[in-house]
Amino acid sequence: MPAGPLLSILIFLPALGALALLFLRSDDHEWIRRLAFAVSLAEFILSLWWLLRGVPLGGTGYKLEEFHQWIALGPHGSAPQTFINYHLGADGISLFLVILTTFLTVVSILCSWNSIGKRVKEFFVMLLMLEVGVVGVFLSLDLFLFFLFWEVMLIPMYFLIGIWGHERRIYAAVKFVLYTMAGSILMLVGILWLYNATGTFDLPSIQRALQDGTLILSRGTETLLFLAFFVAFAIKVPLFPFHTWLPDAHVEAPTAGSVMLAGVLLKMGTYGMIRFCLPLFPDASRRFAPAIAVLAIIGIIYGALVALVQPNLKKLVAYSSVSHLGFVVLGIFAFHIVSIQGAVFQMLAHGVSTGGLFLLVGMLYDRRHTFEISQFGGLSTPLPRLAAFFLFVALSSLGLPMLNGFVGEFLILLGTYQVHWSWAAWAATGVILSACYLLWSYQRVFFGEITVEKNKSLPDVSVRERWILASIAVITLWMGIGSTFITGRTANASQSVLDQMVRPPRAYEAVAPAKPMPTVLLPATVAASQGSATQKQISIERLGTR
Amino acid sequence: MPAFPNTSDLLRVLPELIWCGFGALLMLLQPLVKSRQVLTTVAVIGALGGIVGNFYAVHNPGAAFGGLVAADPFSIFFSHLVGLVAVLVILGADSYLRREGLADAEFYALVLFATAGMGVLASAQELLTAFIGLEMSSISSYILAGYRRDALKSGESSMKYFLLGSFATAFFLYGIALVYGVTGTTNLLKMDSAEPTSTLLKLGLALILIGLGFKVAAAPFQIWTPDVYEGAPTPVTALFSAGPKAAAFALLLRIFADVHAATQFWFWAFWILAALTMFAGNLGALLQTNVKRLLAYSSIAHAGYILVAFAAVTTLAKDPEIGAGPAYAAILFYLLTYALVKVGAFTIVSQYGGAGEKHLQFDDFAGLGERQPWVAALLSLFLLSLLGLPVTAGFLGKFYIFKVAVDSHLIWLAVLMAVNSIVGAYYYVRLIVVMYMREPSAELAATVPARFPLSVNVVLAITAFGTIFLGLFPSKTLNYLLQANLLNR
Repeated sequence: MPAGPLLSILIFLPALGALALLFLRSDDHEWIRRLAFAVSLAEFILSLWWLLRGVPLGGTGYKLEEFHQWIALGPHGSAPQTFINYHLGADGISLFLVILTTFLTVVSILCSWNSIGKRVKEFFVMLLMLEVGVVGVFLSLDLFLFFLFWEVMLIPMYFLIGIWGHERRIYAAVKFVLYTMAGSILMLVGILWLYNATGTFDLPSIQRALQDGTLILSRGTETLLFLAFFVAFAIKVPLFPFHTWLPDAHVEAPTAGSVMLAGVLLKMGTYGMIRFCLPLFPDASRRFAPAIAVLAIIGIIYGALVALVQPNLKKLVAYSSVSHLGFVVLGIFAFHIVSIQGAVFQMLAHGVSTGGLFLLVGMLYDRRHTFEISQFGGLSTPLPRLAAFFLFVALSSLGLPMLNGFVGEFLILLGTYQVHWSWAAWAATGVILSACYLLWSYQRVFFGEITVEKNKSLPDVSVRERWILASIAVITLWMGIGSTFITGRTANASQSVLDQMVRPPRAYEAVAPAKPMPTVLLPATVAASQGSATQKQISIERLGTR
Repeated sequence: MPAFPNTSDLLRVLPELIWCGFGALLMLLQPLVKSRQVLTTVAVIGALGGIVGNFYAVHNPGAAFGGLVAADPFSIFFSHLVGLVAVLVILGADSYLRREGLADAEFYALVLFATAGMGVLASAQELLTAFIGLEMSSISSYILAGYRRDALKSGESSMKYFLLGSFATAFFLYGIALVYGVTGTTNLLKMDSAEPTSTLLKLGLALILIGLGFKVAAAPFQIWTPDVYEGAPTPVTALFSAGPKAAAFALLLRIFADVHAATQFWFWAFWILAALTMFAGNLGALLQTNVKRLLAYSSIAHAGYILVAFAAVTTLAKDPEIGAGPAYAAILFYLLTYALVKVGAFTIVSQYGGAGEKHLQFDDFAGLGERQPWVAALLSLFLLSLLGLPVTAGFLGKFYIFKVAVDSHLIWLAVLMAVNSIVGAYYYVRLIVVMYMREPSAELAATVPARFPLSVNVVLAITAFGTIFLGLFPSKTLNYLLQANLLNR
């Protein structure tokens, strides 16, 4: 294990790559692609190696931390000098999200190999800069730094949609930027409010101050702060009713943009909820949980219903994201260790399988230049391999056991059921609906007679495409059967989110007897909610294999 | 006061003396020297000389001329700021003046006189001295606005600026008279003893605020701004948006710091001015299709953001624990970043506008990203900084203002500012859309874009470097601005 600022290297390696790309001749497409691919592959391998080694199984707290004082802000309260810090760290939750990001960047670069016709150099520069922003978001432990990466990431995505997108790209790009900024600027006010109360932007310090009672937020303040953060994240997820930017952005974005958008950018929202909303504002989170759960369930069902009637294949996948992300939000706001584990797992699973679906839709588009389902039909004859991969990824997305989608959705439903069985019941309809829209659309695209003459002579997957799809399929399968590898590592981090929600009783509040936990059915979850760290470890691992 | 000022007094106003001296020198050289290059060099040396002339004040801060002007870190900061703006404007104007066939020595002389006026304004500790500074910079500005004599719009710009400007100056002067009537002094430091509840004092301060509000383009005194900015030659617009505004804000801040009554009385005035100005600027900018007008409206909006920090000063000053220091620092830092960005953006516009400033519509910028990638990238950088995106100086500037607003519990004003930032995002992004995502018209695509001359590239390099540097490493600048004896009292 090498020493040094590993996380900084992880964040800024793609930026170096982008800088190097700028020095290549802009018509030398072959070398531009190769260099971008090499950088992203190196990044992926380094993230696997360093993060999996650096964040050991069973560890708690943040690992690989880097801490430097960055910007002096002058005196605050009794402190003579306060700082904006450059503070990075990884734990079980951010670990896999970073790996997902680096993996999908490699995939995005590969899938854009031939489909990008104009301004190739700028395209790959933007893709790498996007990676910088997203990895930075997942690794920042300073609120200011987090916000900085959160905003920086907007610009490359904006250009990716706006320059290389489809017909209505400008509208979609501007909508995307304005929606996200609208949420995030209020988050900035919230961040500053926290700074004003504590004199620091450092997340662990603020957390500590909240937990040992040195910082007590009044009910009203906590509500406002929670909303300032939550709305920013909800827009990003997107939670119903903030979802309207998503179909536009997805449909108009180039394939690589859609893959990154669905694969990792949406996860920034749910990651934010887990990392900030729950630990920092637990009481407000609990107060708002029923309302949020209702929105999440509406999102699950509404997204699925809209996907069911979509004539546009890419929009269908986009709406399926709304539905799937509803599950994640529901899992988070059920405040149960199992459901939070499930939410984290579902974030990863959705990244891989929906990323895969967007890839496949993009491949269809490369061949036929349309997303209209009515233009397809009977494609399994000319494209047998593509059809097979599509079926595989679609099955994982609809939650077939043994594949990755199942684990996440199952854990979420299981955990939610322990807390509110009705939430789980409503959400479960989403699982059925997702089978409906995915299988029905699959049938319309790949089975039946070939109705359009052009479809008869389409080329099947190329070697490059086969490699991309095979890697996605392997990971999908592996996440389905070897899920303990992931759940075991996310367990402690998820538990610590719940631990951080505990607050010391306030002096003026009568100490009411704690509400008994709802009866838990599984021995595994009993252990998880009561047992020591090691027991928890084992139980979660066991749970993952079920 | 001795009949002849002693040496240290003179050395403390050395920057202003140098600027005035070089201005006069340039006027004398005009008939003798034909080479534009020589004149530009002399002007740049003069502007730089003024900055260097601060050396005495840096090491020996204090009042000069019996308290008429102060040479303290505050005034030194502004002296550097307006000097830097002058250097950049002169460098950027050289090729513009050649292209438009305008005389250059007079132009540079006027820029230097205006700069000297701004320097006086920022260091004045006495209202009549401030008035002299204001007039020096204003009268030079009126002439500069009409410098493109043959263009109708330039004449309109000059006339509008002159009429409305002199009206505002009258308000300012009348305010001084009333304040003098109550306090018996025009020296800011001696006013504190006055009865703060006196209606006459309030009226006087209100009139002063109106006069200065006009200079900084605060709503509802902002109506002149778009027309004047659009009509004036673009390098002059760059000067307007950075220099006089900064100097007028400096004087406002000094009145704030020294006159207790103003701090108390002006809180709601600033709250309302800030809210109005932000909305007036941003909503106005939404509808613009001319880049110069867009930037003019955006400069109104930015004045609004700065006024938010002013509202914060009033509440922070009451809190002995924090004090108004952070708010001062936020304002000064913002003015610095803003000046850099605006000068950079206007310099690009002045170059790109072409002969007679014809190409200033949004459509003229279509496809700029492909035809002139560097220019488009730099203009995008400046626009993103105006928008307040991280890694640029504009973000940190806005961040500090947000911070002091939240620190002083002006949450609603901060929220209004946040709303405005989003509205602002729309029109800045719109211009970037045009540059990168629209295809140019056939006619436009056929024209070969002119290469930018070296002097302009130097200006762009300095402003772009400053924008990114201050966005990443603001600590040094900020520490300077946060020092306790910023206003040497």
